[in-house]
Amino acid sequence: MTMMDNVWIDIGALEDIPRQGARLVKTPMGCLALFRTATDDVFALDDKCPHKGGPLSQGIVHGAAVTCPLHNWVISLETGLAQGADEGEVRTFAVRSEAGRILLEASRLADSKDAA
Amino acid sequence: MKQKLVVVGNGMAPGRALERLFELAPGAFDVTIFNAEPRTNYDRILLSPVLSGEKQYEEIVIHGDAWYEENGLTLHKGKKVTEIGRAAKIVTAEDGTRAAYDKLLIATGSVPFIIPVPGKDLAGVLTYRDLDDVNAMLIAAEQGGHAVVIGGGLLGLEAAAGLKSRGMDVTVVHLMPTLMERQLDAAAGQLLKRELESRGIKVLTSASTREIKSTHPSLGPPRVRAVALDDGNEIKADIVVMAVGIRPNTALASDAGLKTGRGIQVTDRLLTSDPDIYAVGECVEFEGNVYGLVAPLYEQATIIAQELAGKPGNGFVDKALATRLKVTGVDLFSAGDFADGDDREEIVLRDATRGVYRRLVLKDDRIIGAVMFGDTSDSGWFFQMIKDAADIAEMRDSLIFGPAYAGGGQLDPTAAVAALPDEAEICGCNGVCKGRIVSAIAEKGLTSVDDVRAHTKASASCGTCTGLVEQLLALSLGDAYDPAAVKPMCGCTDLGHADVRRLIIAKNIKTIPDLMQELEWKSSSGCAKCRPALNYYLLSTWPGEYVDDSQSRFINERVHANIQKDGTYSVVPRMWGGITSANELRAIADVADKFAIPTVKCTGGQRIDLLGVKKEDLPAVWADLNAAGMVSGHAYGKSLRTVKTCVGTDWCRFGTQDSTGLGVRIEKFMWGSWTPAKVKMAVSGCPRNCAEATCKDVGVICVDSGYEIHFAGAAGLDIKGTEILCHVRTEDDAIEMIAALVQLYREQGHYLERIYKWLKRVGMGSVRAAVVEDDGRRKALFDAFVYSQKFSQSDPWAERATGGKDAHEFAPMADLSRMEAAE
Ligand code: SRM
Ligand SMILES: Cc1cc2nc3c(=O)[nH]c(=O)nc-3n(C[C@H](O)[C@H](O)[C@H](O)COP(=O)(O)OP(=O)(O)OC[C@H]3O[C@@H](n4cnc5c(N)ncnc54)[C@H](O)[C@@H]3O)c2cc1C
Ligand code: SF4
Ligand code: FES
Repeated sequence: MTMMDNVWIDIGALEDIPRQGARLVKTPMGCLALFRTATDDVFALDDKCPHKGGPLSQGIVHGAAVTCPLHNWVISLETGLAQGADEGEVRTFAVRSEAGRILLEASRLADSKDAA
Repeated sequence: MKQKLVVVGNGMAPGRALERLFELAPGAFDVTIFNAEPRTNYDRILLSPVLSGEKQYEEIVIHGDAWYEENGLTLHKGKKVTEIGRAAKIVTAEDGTRAAYDKLLIATGSVPFIIPVPGKDLAGVLTYRDLDDVNAMLIAAEQGGHAVVIGGGLLGLEAAAGLKSRGMDVTVVHLMPTLMERQLDAAAGQLLKRELESRGIKVLTSASTREIKSTHPSLGPPRVRAVALDDGNEIKADIVVMAVGIRPNTALASDAGLKTGRGIQVTDRLLTSDPDIYAVGECVEFEGNVYGLVAPLYEQATIIAQELAGKPGNGFVDKALATRLKVTGVDLFSAGDFADGDDREEIVLRDATRGVYRRLVLKDDRIIGAVMFGDTSDSGWFFQMIKDAADIAEMRDSLIFGPAYAGGGQLDPTAAVAALPDEAEICGCNGVCKGRIVSAIAEKGLTSVDDVRAHTKASASCGTCTGLVEQLLALSLGDAYDPAAVKPMCGCTDLGHADVRRLIIAKNIKTIPDLMQELEWKSSSGCAKCRPALNYYLLSTWPGEYVDDSQSRFINERVHANIQKDGTYSVVPRMWGGITSANELRAIADVADKFAIPTVKCTGGQRIDLLGVKKEDLPAVWADLNAAGMVSGHAYGKSLRTVKTCVGTDWCRFGTQDSTGLGVRIEKFMWGSWTPAKVKMAVSGCPRNCAEATCKDVGVICVDSGYEIHFAGAAGLDIKGTEILCHVRTEDDAIEMIAALVQLYREQGHYLERIYKWLKRVGMGSVRAAVVEDDGRRKALFDAFVYSQKFSQSDPWAERATGGKDAHEFAPMADLSRMEAAE
């Protein structure tokens, strides 16, 4: 834990992400994919599939998971872990929605080596 | 000289008799058939699924025109025989057509019984017997309104359920105290009534019709307005369906002086009182019995074929019959005799919470009757024991629970089937025995119930024996048969693609969330496999009405470009029929320069691919291409891809027709349409086939006399030459034929199933019957295609480049890249 723990940045409105869809956030350490589920939960993950780096933001969102557009790995939005027989993990980031706005916890965004 | 066989009536019974005859004695007879209905032979049993929308007419055709041609039959469609001249051995039809016979087969079926109440002849009073009746009901149902079905037997209830699913307000009026009283006991009849009422069908029992009332003459030609009952009640009615029973159709035979009673009287060889005249089907009476189910008729058909072929076998015997109501979601089975009696005992199982009721009627330790409601999974097993008169004393205590428990030790449900002899009949409707199914499974490598249906006809009619067929598959294939592994669309459901397509129509489902609710999806919001399929099914079923769910589309279709391995996209503009111009090429070159597009490649589909475009540049790239008149090539879609052409008569010394022009026309007419899987076409100007039309989903080969329409080729994961659909004379005919074919595929194809796989599943007969042989159906398919194109032919690129659609796709939500490093 560092002193930066509580830096929440307002990224935009919940409405800006389609339900069961995703949007990109550019950061100094690459792109993050911001997902919104059918039940309006939001999640933030590296936009990089653990398989061959496919852009997860372009996948189909179902339940709390996304299917990678390149070779159909299914990644849990909650844990970043590949589901089923596949093995791999994507970094997840703290994010929450409040009064229709999306707040992203920014302390780790600048440091690309800080893998969970 | 060949003997002349004339057949009067072209229903299910003679159709089967002829099939068997051609197997036993090919070419022995010159056959002429007269049919009062203006069509070939179809499966009358399956009219109910056609009425409810779960099947199309062409799926229930038994013999298409091609069959009659191949077997050298003369079929007089729409010609009713009015006279049999027994002395001269000639039959004469209404229009004067005559045919001489050596042997005559009468198969005139039944006529619906009309109760003699005032108003019975009014417009709007229908019967339920043939396709014309179904069409009349469908036309009436389009207006919505009220339907009254008189008669609560099998036919009446199937009609009621069908009309209900077509959106009508339906009341069943039944004379007796409980429904289907001839097949069900009172308890099951009551359960059935409750089930139908829960589906919104009103049921009046012990209700006698007094009069059918007419509209007021001032309102135009009189037609039905209401049904008045003896108790004084009046029920509003825009149509009335009379389904109170059938009578063997004996008029023609009795006019000719043949012996008739309730039906045309026959011997166990199906011979009438004239030694040259046979009769088969619902029109006959044998030992005082008449018939209304297809199983005994198919048995008669086999005997007729043996007699005509001069290879007589066993004579006809009257046997126990099983009935099943074909209303989706209502499981009901009845067989044998279940009246009460002093010498009889019964075993009853009731499970009120599950809505299950089972009753077995026993006599001398044998089952003589069975009624089941709610769970009919073991019906085949019980029915076999009735037919075999099997002694059940040993397993009596657990008998009612079915084969899994019967006799305590016998826990394997397939054990009962394993114990059956090879001659045991599995499919009553089609008279298929165990031995034939088992050997077909082994010899032809069958792995699914559908396979068995296609190869043996077992379970292809009423479906009662599906469970038995599944057990035979399990028995033959062991662990290799896993019905659950082949069928479901994905892990979110137990339903297969065909069921889902059918239920979307039958239950009038119009959104993905509704579908998941209605069909009890197991996951909260589906998965990446089922959602794109559902989106397509809804889109193609309800054009203009369904709102496309872009989040249920694969990324390529969502953003109208193909994703590449590095997350960039490729852009392929249309080049109609492979024709381009200096102007278009210049625009492509300019776009490649302006956006630093790394690769420009000629595709295998006669057009140019721009690869490596950044996602955020897509709208701008499209805007420039649009400005030069180019639109999306749908290289990314389950949709029409390319129509390849050759130069044809424009330039080529061998060209027979304007292949380039026709290709361009087809592409301009059909682009934008969504299909179950991608559709690629080609038009070649002569049989040298430079456009490779004979390996496409649809291909046209131009010839001097017109156009050969080919389809169902493959040149990707599988390699397969096309099949010929037909030959047409004009470009317009070719376009109508192709659009109708593609529309049929759009309506029937399973998601990701290419045309050649679809054809393999549904069979050439059904495709030809719909698209080539039935002018009305082809026109309707064509019109349906044209209608759906109204909603799909706007360029998706323009909508995004300048129309602002889906702007969120092409820009990041936030840019934090210049954020100061946090430490
Ligand atoms: C670009 C092209 C190759 C080329 O450089 O020439 C191509 C490229 C791709 N093909 Fe193809 N196919 C191309 C012509 C073909 C052909 C030849 C033809 O159309 O005449 C075939 C064989 C015929 C056929 O369709 O079966 C072909 C059979 C396939 C298949 C196997 C399909 C099958 O059912 O057997 C796939 C895989 C699939 O669809 O699931 C595929 C899939 C692909 C995909 C979409 C792979 C993917 O999912 O990302 C490639 C996309 C690249 C891109 O971004 O453009 N491509 N592909 C051709 C584009 C044609 C066009 O103008 O639209
Ligand atoms: C809606 C419906 C559902 C059914 N469901 C089931 C079911 O689930 N299970 C089951 O076993 N059975 C069912 N049946 C019954 C089954 O369809 C019939 O038993 C079977 O079709 C009878 O066959 P057939 O050849 O005797 O007569 P039909 O199929 O009736 O054929 C008789 C044909 O002869 C023609 N014809 C009559 N007179 C003349 C003439 N003078 N000249 C020329 N042609 C003539 C008629 O137009 C008709 O086409 C159902 C029937 C209907 C209507
Ligand atoms: S053959 Fe088609 S799918 Fe395979 S690498 Fe080439 S373009 Fe891709
Ligand atoms: S890159 Fe995601 S599945 Fe291969």
